[in-house]
Amino acid sequence: MRQKYIGKALPQLDSFHKVTGIAKYTHDISLPGMLHVKLVTSTEPHAEIINIDASEALKIPGVVAVLTGKDFPYRLGIYVGDRDVLAIDKVNWVGHPVAAVVAETMEAAEKAIDLVEVDYKPLKPVFDPFEALKEEAPIIHPKLGEYRRAPAFTPVPGTNIANKFTLRKGDVEKGFKEADVVVENRFYMPFVSHCYMETQSVVAHYHKDGTIEIWTSAQSPFAVRNLMGLSLGIPIGKIIIYQPFVGGGFGGKAGLHWEPLAALISKKVGYKPVKLKLSRKEQFTSAPVREGFHAEVKVGAKRNGKLTALKAKFILDSGAFADYTVNVSRAAGYSVGEVYDIPNVYCDSLAVYTNKVPTTAMRGFGHPESAWAVERSIEMLANELKMDPLKLRLMNVVKAGISTTVTGERLREDAGNPVQCLEAVAKAINWGKTEEKPKEPWKFIGKGLAVFSKGPAQPPNAASAAIIKINEDVTVDLMVGTGNFGQGTLTSLAQIVADELGVPVEKVRIRTMRSTDTVAYTWQTVGSRGLFTDGNAVLEALKDAKKQIKEVASQVLRVKPADLEIKDGKVMVKGRPWENVPLSDIVMGYTYPNGNSIGGPIIGRGKYISPINTYLDPETGQGIPTIFYTFGAAACKVEVDVLTGKVKVLEAAQAFDLGKAINPLLVRQQVEGGFIMGLSVALFEEIQFDERGWVLNPNFSTYWVARAADIPSKIDTIPVENPQKDAPYGARGIGEVVMLGVPPTIANAVQNAIGVNINNLPLTPENVWKAIKKQRPELVEEIKKKLVSWKWKV
Amino acid sequence: MKMPRKITFTVNGVKKQVEVKDNELLADVLRDKLQLTGVKQACWRGECGLCTVLLNGKPVKSCLILAVEANGAEIVTSEGLMEGDKLSHLQKSFVENGALQCGFCTPAFTLVTHYLLTQKPDASEEEIREYISGLICRCGTYNEIVKAVKQASQYYKK
Repeated sequence: MRQKYIGKALPQLDSFHKVTGIAKYTHDISLPGMLHVKLVTSTEPHAEIINIDASEALKIPGVVAVLTGKDFPYRLGIYVGDRDVLAIDKVNWVGHPVAAVVAETMEAAEKAIDLVEVDYKPLKPVFDPFEALKEEAPIIHPKLGEYRRAPAFTPVPGTNIANKFTLRKGDVEKGFKEADVVVENRFYMPFVSHCYMETQSVVAHYHKDGTIEIWTSAQSPFAVRNLMGLSLGIPIGKIIIYQPFVGGGFGGKAGLHWEPLAALISKKVGYKPVKLKLSRKEQFTSAPVREGFHAEVKVGAKRNGKLTALKAKFILDSGAFADYTVNVSRAAGYSVGEVYDIPNVYCDSLAVYTNKVPTTAMRGFGHPESAWAVERSIEMLANELKMDPLKLRLMNVVKAGISTTVTGERLREDAGNPVQCLEAVAKAINWGKTEEKPKEPWKFIGKGLAVFSKGPAQPPNAASAAIIKINEDVTVDLMVGTGNFGQGTLTSLAQIVADELGVPVEKVRIRTMRSTDTVAYTWQTVGSRGLFTDGNAVLEALKDAKKQIKEVASQVLRVKPADLEIKDGKVMVKGRPWENVPLSDIVMGYTYPNGNSIGGPIIGRGKYISPINTYLDPETGQGIPTIFYTFGAAACKVEVDVLTGKVKVLEAAQAFDLGKAINPLLVRQQVEGGFIMGLSVALFEEIQFDERGWVLNPNFSTYWVARAADIPSKIDTIPVENPQKDAPYGARGIGEVVMLGVPPTIANAVQNAIGVNINNLPLTPENVWKAIKKQRPELVEEIKKKLVSWKWKV
Repeated sequence: MKMPRKITFTVNGVKKQVEVKDNELLADVLRDKLQLTGVKQACWRGECGLCTVLLNGKPVKSCLILAVEANGAEIVTSEGLMEGDKLSHLQKSFVENGALQCGFCTPAFTLVTHYLLTQKPDASEEEIREYISGLICRCGTYNEIVKAVKQASQYYKK
């Protein structure tokens, strides 16, 4: 088969819609007679609801109803069903939705929310996860034991522990005895917001016949459908989820969110369509964000650098709901040191409830956390060993076919190669070459790198399907469930279809709106899984379609199906291409001159499910958690201003063993975009809480997100292509791994520049300056002296 | 305050008359009354720049402008940047350079950079970078946007 499109840098096929502004997102959807919903949110971090008085609110012209938790006695969730639709009896954080106002106009709804009076009886709150673990701590979920949960998770009823994951490989104490050098440190990552540009929104219409139609800015329409059915006790066949264009997701729109609320309201107000669209403030204070992460990591090595043991304790400050974060704690636990060959590994990873904003998955979940703690630890170990950090990493990374991972899996032979990634990024930033010193004596240049990996953290039985319909003129409808919120997976899949069927890629139609009643199933669009899982389903569907085509053509051309090939819009006999029949004569059935007809419309069908994944052992965490590991490395050069603490990234490179770059343009978008998001999280982002649990910075002035002036113009993308045999054309996913190693890479470069270790994110000027004052006060003094003789240019 | 009044403006070359209340924002009127949903909203307080439109030729954040202030004005949204049913050179350059991912911020970036190029067709990469820093693209497509603008600049030179 000729590869005309696979490997080609094509713009996303739906670019026209996006660049002109005609693309319709859920924000833009409006139905006739649609009502608007606004949320009344809690002003208490932890309190019993004594009474809700909506009488004044209901007097506002245009207000149709005010609904409360009593109207919706359901618990929701994907992994641990700890969420309510609206607060039931008790609020658990400042921002917890307690009531929903439904009105004919947004203006009326906005006015009415201020008039809903809620009486609270305050309970003792707990904001610190370490406090929440103490025996005397207030219990945030007294009914934890009654919640529905997936088998992989172990909440501990009667405590604030939403999940406890344990990993045990080898004998860690023995490993530390064998070590010549041991480093032990604590690490922290704050709460951050995904800041997808389209805030969460949903339009729902509950019809009188029981059918529910939902348009939602969600990543995974099928998961929304399934979880709604499960949580509300509604037959799945009655629920249709539409996924229009989605303005970013980054994990924050995975699973189920506001869809049940909107659907139930639609029914309560007399089967009218309703719309809920979060404000940016609500997105920071009432919707899930990334959890806060605390870690203690101890790592031991021989004098020559060989790692002997790794011990970690992770505490995930999960906020008031940990529905998805339980899986983040699991993924953080099983990915600790995943990229290294370490014989003895021990990790406890706990998701802990606190009275703060609830948390959920975010790009790479679990892995940015473990990579931050481990890659900083390795850097400090290198320092302690007085060894080149690159050499230390090269010596210890896993080797395909040989190494056993931290979960006890022998890596497949074609798993990819982290060594090549490390070498590529080191070369890109001239690792080892001394850089010219900036002329200002208070500025220092440093270089840093990190190595890491990511595979889809999904249940072992997460499945995908694909349907390929071929139309009369040999245009193709590709119907897969995987969503598009920027990654462009559908374009890559279309490139595969075009090459396999020998048709121009413009003839492959991807749907700009998915709906669960017409496209093929996929479990979720998460975890960098889409290209691999849906890609495999597409390949099987293509095989199916081609088999049907060849069966008909073999009768027409009177050869065996095996002697035929499909090329340039024709089915031809191999070696005798002039013996052929156009595809257009076959795809709806072939008609002989006398009218006899054979075959019929061609519809290819394919599926994928992983035959190798397992549940992880509940005691040891051993097993096979993922279908692939995408290994990667990042490197960067920074400039640190020790007088202000400002860190500037001057240039960067990332390399990933992605097996095969189906579309190098999309690869570059992901790699650069991931680097920028990683830089933003590393240098700027932190949701700040006051002592009463209020978010202090719920907007883009006080919560800074990287902009064009904050990033280097040189961010190299280096694809490494060691194909994996069970992947579509060898390709592994890269949607998440592209951001997760950036914070340690930058912090390692800062350490290299000024010899200061920063283990708490973000590296804001304030935090960096404080760390310099604490760890290297003499540095500032030296510079002050130099400044006396500094000649200022005016 | 509450009495609606009629205002007239030209949107993408077409004269429109709409009834608005004094406190209605231009962004809401364009989106809700004229269905110009290429005008996006992501912060509602002038920080992200995604609701940018050209008002009498200049980029403004339409969430910070009252609709009544636009009475008599000429407004261009991303829908109006097209040349007939074809993409403009700038829009084409955005597509070719992969200067969009989820697409939610794209209309605003095209309007802002269109204005920059009309004012300064020889803008340097550094100037483009600085100029687009009023807007947020969370997918992180900034370097591709700079490239796209640079490439399209030839069509703005006289």
